[in-house]
Parts: sequence; structure tokens; C-alpha cells
Amino acid sequence: MTTLNALIAVCLCYVALLFVVAFVAERSAAQGRVAWLRYPMVYTLSLSIYCTAWTFYGAVGNAARSGLEYLTIYLGPSLVMVGWWWILRKLVRIGRSQRITSIADLISSRFGKSNLLAICVTILAVVGTTPYIALQLQSVTLSFEVFAEAANPGQSLTHNATALYLAMGLALFTVVFGTRNLDANERHHGVVMAIAVEAVVKLLALMAVGVFVVWGVGGGVADTLQRIDASGLGEWQVSGGRWAGLMFLSAAAFLCLPRMFQVLVVENDDENHLRTASWAFPMYMMLMSLFVLPIAVVGLELMPEGANPDTFVLTVPLSQGADVLAVLSFLGGFSSATSMVIVAAIALSTMVSNHIVMPIWLRVAPGEGASVSGDVRHVVMLARRMSIAGILFLGYLYYSLSGGGTALSTIGLVSFTGVAQVLPVMLGGIFWRGATRVGALAGLCTGFAIWLYTSFLPSFGPGHFMSGDIVAFGPLGLGWLRPHALFGIEGMDPLLHALLWSISLNTLVFIAVSIASFPSPLERLQGAQFVNVFQHSVGARGWSAGVAQSEDLMIMAQRILGAREAQALFTREAAGQGRGGQLPDPSPDFLQTLERELAGSVGAATAHAMIGQIVGGAAVSVEDLMAVADETAQMMEYSSRLEAQSEELSQTAGKLREANEKLTRLSVQKDAFLSQISHELRTPMTSIRAFSEILRDSDGLPPEDQTKYASIIHDEAIRLTRLLDDLLDLSVLENGQVNLNLRRGSLRDVLERAVAAAVADDSQGVIELRRDTVAEDITLYTDLDRLSQVFINLISNARKYCDAVDAVLEIRVQSGNDTVILDFIDNGTGIAPEAQDVIFEKFSRVSDQKAGGAGLGLAICRQIVTRLGGKIDYLPGQQGAAFRVVLPMAID
Amino acid sequence: MNDGPRFGIGRGPLFVERQTYRRRRLMDAARVVPVVGLFLWSIPLLWSKLPEAAVPTSRALLFVFGVWVALIAVAFLISLPLRPVDKPEDQPGRNS
Repeated sequence: MTTLNALIAVCLCYVALLFVVAFVAERSAAQGRVAWLRYPMVYTLSLSIYCTAWTFYGAVGNAARSGLEYLTIYLGPSLVMVGWWWILRKLVRIGRSQRITSIADLISSRFGKSNLLAICVTILAVVGTTPYIALQLQSVTLSFEVFAEAANPGQSLTHNATALYLAMGLALFTVVFGTRNLDANERHHGVVMAIAVEAVVKLLALMAVGVFVVWGVGGGVADTLQRIDASGLGEWQVSGGRWAGLMFLSAAAFLCLPRMFQVLVVENDDENHLRTASWAFPMYMMLMSLFVLPIAVVGLELMPEGANPDTFVLTVPLSQGADVLAVLSFLGGFSSATSMVIVAAIALSTMVSNHIVMPIWLRVAPGEGASVSGDVRHVVMLARRMSIAGILFLGYLYYSLSGGGTALSTIGLVSFTGVAQVLPVMLGGIFWRGATRVGALAGLCTGFAIWLYTSFLPSFGPGHFMSGDIVAFGPLGLGWLRPHALFGIEGMDPLLHALLWSISLNTLVFIAVSIASFPSPLERLQGAQFVNVFQHSVGARGWSAGVAQSEDLMIMAQRILGAREAQALFTREAAGQGRGGQLPDPSPDFLQTLERELAGSVGAATAHAMIGQIVGGAAVSVEDLMAVADETAQMMEYSSRLEAQSEELSQTAGKLREANEKLTRLSVQKDAFLSQISHELRTPMTSIRAFSEILRDSDGLPPEDQTKYASIIHDEAIRLTRLLDDLLDLSVLENGQVNLNLRRGSLRDVLERAVAAAVADDSQGVIELRRDTVAEDITLYTDLDRLSQVFINLISNARKYCDAVDAVLEIRVQSGNDTVILDFIDNGTGIAPEAQDVIFEKFSRVSDQKAGGAGLGLAICRQIVTRLGGKIDYLPGQQGAAFRVVLPMAID
Repeated sequence: MNDGPRFGIGRGPLFVERQTYRRRRLMDAARVVPVVGLFLWSIPLLWSKLPEAAVPTSRALLFVFGVWVALIAVAFLISLPLRPVDKPEDQPGRNS
């Protein structure tokens, strides 16, 4: 027989082994050799903290009492795991991108970093987990008792002392390995590794007992199945409501239990591990539950009437004399209990310290404010350690209060129902952008209150917190408020009753209040970030900086992250901003990074509050609100803007092309003109030179010849002078140096003079003029000489270039209110379209053949008309060449 | 969820190449598995509890564990090709 002392020695050795494993893992992680810690299997095994001592002992007890019902506790989580693509993947991604430290942090972060919400979830989690910790203490105490009984029948153990020592030992281990590093995102490698080892131990232990029972006692698989059918559990007797309800409950608890969230999301190193765990963890659970029923059935056969089925895992091997197996099984149960308690304590202490202790400390601490110097890390550490001790003490308290009498699985389910109250808010938070903080708060409080009233308080038994009268007749005799028959609906299983009402009313209130309320900008921003986590990776753009002081931020970061990490972070950020060697600018990006880092240590809400104290500025910028706005609308706006821009661009390109063509033509014309002008200058020069040489060198030249030659020279000189005059005129006009000689006069007189001047020289061909002398009777106040110059030019152009047989020039006059429009239209072929927009340029000539002038006439005309406040254009679409002159009646 | 094909302006192509198509259908499969599991495990709700027609526990045990093994196998088969690849869909910051 194994003595109790030997058992304690085995226990201590086992704990020492765990210490060594955890220590080695921490060392490896510290030295950067983390590869072997990051196997997906380690992650999968760490999930096994779902299988607690409750599973280990209680499942067999449950099976012995109600047959296959125990399976529901594993089926729910199995469905959640194989359905990882739905929920877990999203949770893990959110957890990583937002640096979530606990389930309370997730909820608070989602709903605008609300600390009130975090406190609610924390309280709910602590209250919900306490019975579960008590359960672990109870099951280990129970197993000690079994061995004590076996060793010394009749001697009873002091339960409370065992439980107390156990609680203290667990607190020590958790404090040592669970609070080594502050940043929860740096992960507790030691703890995770120890848990993985414990997972293997408990699986092996339970399977060993199972194999022993099936093949050692039961006589093989077929015989065992026969025994099962022959036993009192031989028929399917599970209530449908409990089958479905417990499956839902266990699935909900799997997602919401703080310790499960810790290992599933917070300790997750790599999203990819989830892929492996999706099938490996269901397999683990299947193996864990495979032998439960055989052990229960064989136990019922072998053990005397009235034996506690919760301890069959131990008593069956003991009764068969398999002491070593019993010790192994004891270790399995011990592992289950310890690993659960350790992780639960870590998860809860993180929540308590981040969401309750730190905010209070920040408020009441001397110097008030986050920018006071001094290391705050020891405060956080101390808060965590105290929380761990406090949580374990609460568990012990529950254990001693409830007397450890209730069946294990009942306590476990009460606890599950409590933490499952977070489920509606959590799922709503990650899938529904409309969920609001007020709604979440209302839903949680409703669910929590109903759970307290219908399940938690009655679980202590009548007389502790709730008198038997209330349970039986309702408070103040209000029958419809009886804790086990709310609204007068009786006959329901108490657990299902509590589950149904708490979850359904919780969900209803959450949705209704969310719909009715309006979220703050930060909530909406976080909501978009959470729900669309696969599209957004950029974190919440938190701060519009400017007022933040880098020194203050540095001091605060040092207090929380530690001097070395903080300096490394600031140096890195400064280098990123191109300010090597100095403090980084408090840009929004930097503040956001800093907040994330701090959130890893003290939780999102606290980090937000601390930065808020220093920065002081608005937490949400306009860009953030833009991000909240419907993305489709943004897309459409963006695309239409692009379209408009591209249209504008193509228009500009068209204009540029036109301008370029014009420039090219002008350049060609200029070249042509240069050769033309030199030719023009050269021709008269040549004849002047030639005739002057004749006059100089020929002695006996007849006088008539002399006269003839001299007049040729004279004419040529006049031609040259005229050309140069034109050029000079144009340059004067262009430079705006001309003085207008303003007079009042009749348009008809001006035209008369112009026609007389233009047709005076008969050499240029004959043209018939058609005028409307009545319409021409308009008085103008302008420079009449200059105007006449324009008309002369237009009329002589028509004479020169009109190629019709009977050339006709029609001058039409229309008068408006204060403008006169004159059209000069001939009946020739007109001007080619491509030449129309350059004829008014200098040196432009329509045809080289009729090189009568220098191409300055129309240019001068345009300059004059412009000076007179009007404009001259080519009028396309007429029969021949047509020019339109628009003039003001009176110049200013 | 957010991995299905997305339509509209800037939401990626309407039709995708074969490899991406296969991957998306695998995601669909991954989503269907728990639904199938839930359905199969709900069947015991229909079993009679009358003494003359009751289902023997051994058979119930085989059914539940049979479904379990099948689910694990299917989940395993689906998880193998679903390893992350560097493609924009799974990369964060796509629409940022």
C-alpha cells in the first residue's frame, strides 16, 4: 500500500519536475531558442487546460450518474475547434493585431477601450472562476483522501488543511512563473511548456487506467461493450434538453473561460498553430473521453454500493492492487488541477491588475498622473501577485464555504454558465459593428444578475446566501420570481433554466440597447477594426498629437516597459522618423505604437488612459472618422475623383497638343518669313545698288534714263521704308506705347476714306464693293485714323487675294447697343482651315505665290483693334474669306 | 466572414484563378464541417427513451465516437492545404 507520505513525496517530485521544465523553457526563451517552444503541438497541448480535474474525476462520476451526458462537455469544444475558421481565427487575429491581454481587455478594447466594461467582465470572470478553482482544490483533496483511506482505514484527513496547502503551493508556482515578465504578449513560455507536459501526463494517466480497465478487468473491447449494455447505464437515457444545452454551454465556455482565452489567444505564437489544433485538440479530447464510460461501468460493478463515483479513477486501480497505476492516475488528476489553476490565476490576475488595480492606482497614486518618474512595474507586478494570491484564496474560501459536498460536475457547470455570459457580447463585438458599449454593459449586467440569482447563489445550498424559503416560494413570496422557476415556468432542469434565461435575456438586452444607443467615435473605430480585422491591419489611429511631450512619454514608458525596453523602443522609433539620437516626435503613428506596447503590459484601457493623460488631445482625428465612414462610399468617392482627374488630364493634354501644333506652325512660318524678309529687303537693295552703280559709272547716260533710274531707286527706297515702317508700327503697337488720337466721327466717313485709299492704286486688280451706307451711319468715338488703317488693310487684302473672276467685297454693318460689328466678306475661295488661326500672327502669309507684303498687315490690324477695345477674327463658314471686326461705339 | 469573393469597386476581381478558387472552396468546407458535426451530434435528440425501443449505450457510444473520428479526419484533411500563403487576401492591410 502506498503511504500518504510516499504520495506526498511523489507529488513534490512531480512539482519539482514541472519547475525544472518551466525553468528550462524560460531560459531557452530568454536565450532566443524558442523554436522548439513554438511547435503547434505545444500550443495544442496547452489547450488541454480545458480538461481539468473536473474532467479527470468528475467525468467518470458524471458518466456513472447520467450515462453519456458527460460527452457533451467535449463535443461543444470539438465543434468550436473544427469550426476554427468561423470564430477562433478571427479572435486570434484580433488578439494579435490589438495586443489583447485578456478577455476583459478584448471586450473593453472593442467597445471604445471602456474600463467600466473591463471591470464588469473581470468581476464576472472572477466570480465565475472561483467555484472552478474550488472544484480543483476539492478534487485534489478528494484524491488525497482516497489514498489516506486506503493506507489507514478509518483515519480521516483534515480537508481544509490539504486544500490550503495546495492553494498556497499553486500560488507560489504561479507567482514564480506567471509573473516573470510583464508584457503578456511576450508569453509565458515556462508555464505553457509545463502545461504541455501536464497535458501529456493526464492523457497518459487516464488512458492507462482505461486500458487497464478494458483489457485488464473488462476482458477486451467486445466484453466491455457488453458489460456497458448490461449495466444500469445500458440504454440511451440522456435528456434531449441537457444534451443540446450542455453542448452549447461547453462550447460557449470554451470560448469565454478566461484561462481558455489566455491559452487560445494571448499565448498564441502563430496563427498557423490554430490550423493544427483544429483537428489535434478534438482528437485529444476524444482520447480523454474514450475510456470514461468503461471506467464508470466497471467501477460501478466493482466498488461497493455508495462509493463516490468521482474517485473511480483512483479507487478502481487501488481495489485491483495496481498501486503504481493509481499513483499515475493521481498524478494525472493532480496535473489537471494544477494546470487549470495556474493558467486561470494568471489570466485573472492580469485582468484584475490591468483593469481594477492599475486604474485605481493611477488615480490615487501620489503625484497623480502618468508622467511622474519612478518605476511603475513593481506596482503592476505586485498587483498581479496579490491578485493571484487573492484569487486562490477566494477559491479556497468557496471550497470551505460550500463544504465540498456537491458533486463535482454540478459546480463546474455553474461556473461555465457564469462565464458564458460574455459570449453574446464577445460574438456581437467581433461580428456586428452595431454593437455598442452601453448595449454590452446592459447585456452583461442582465446575464450576470440572472446567473447570480438562479444559479450561483443557490449553488451554495440553502441557508448560505439564499434562504430555502426564497428557493421554494420566491422572494417576498413572489412565486414567479423563484430562482428555479422564473416567470412561473416550472419543471425545467435548474441548470438549463439558468442557462436559458440568462443567455437569452442577456442577448436580447444587448441587441436591443445596442440598436437604441449611439456609439462614440472611438467605439465605432474599434468596431470597424474588430469586425473587419482581415481587411484592416492598421491599428486604431488614436492620437492627434502635437501637445504631447516626448520626455513625459519616455518617463512613462520607462516606468511600465522598463528602462531598457523603453529606450530601445524610442531609439527605434526615432530612427524610423529620421531623427537618430534624439527623442522621436510624438506623431500619431508613434503614439499608436507606444499605446500598443503599453497595452501589452497593462491592458488597452489603461494604456489608453495613460497616454490620454499626457497627450490630452482628442483621441479621434478626422481621418479616423473617415475610416469609420462606409468604405463603399469612400471607394466610390475616390473613383469618381479619379475619373474627374483623368478627364481633366485628357483635356489638358488636348490643349497642350493644340498649342504645340500652333507653335510648330509658327516656327515654320517664322523661318519662312526670315528667308522672305531677307529676300524682300534684298530685292530692292539689289536694284537700288545696280541702278545707282549705273548712274555713277555711266557717263553719257541720256537724261530720261537718268530720271527713270533715279525714280526706280526712289520707288525701291519707298518700298523699303514702308516695310520698315510696318515693322516699327507693329512693335510700337505691341509694346503698348501708341498714343490714340480719339475723335468723334462717322463710320461711313472712315469707310469712304479707307475705300478711296485702298482702291487708289489700280495695279492690284479690280474689286467691286458692296456697301450699306444707311447702316454705316453710326457715330463712333475712337481713333479714326487707326481704324481707317485697319479697313484699308482688309480691303486691299481682299483686292490682292480674292481669286474670283468678278471679285466682290461686301461690307456688312450691324450695330448693337454699344458695339458695332463689321463683316468684310469676299467671294473668293477663302482661307484654308489650317491657316485660319495663324493669319493674325506676325510674318504670316497665306500663300507664297502672291508675296505682296511682309505678312504684317493682319497682325497690325489685330493690334490696333485690340487697342481700340474691340476684336478682329476670321469668320469661318462664309462663302469666301471673311473677317469680323467688333468695335465699341465709344472707347473708354 | 470576410474571405469570400468580394465585388464592387476596388474589391478585387470577380473571377479568380484556379488556385485561389480552390482555396476559397476549402475555406467554405472548413466552415461547413462544424455545421455537419452539429447536425450529426443532434441526431441522438431523436432517439427514443422508451424501454422497449431504447438505443443501447454501446451503439450510442460507437455513433458519437464514429462521428468524432470522422470530424477529426475531415478537419485534418482540410487543414493541410489551408496553410497560409503570401497572398493579398490573407495579408492584413489590403484595404487600408
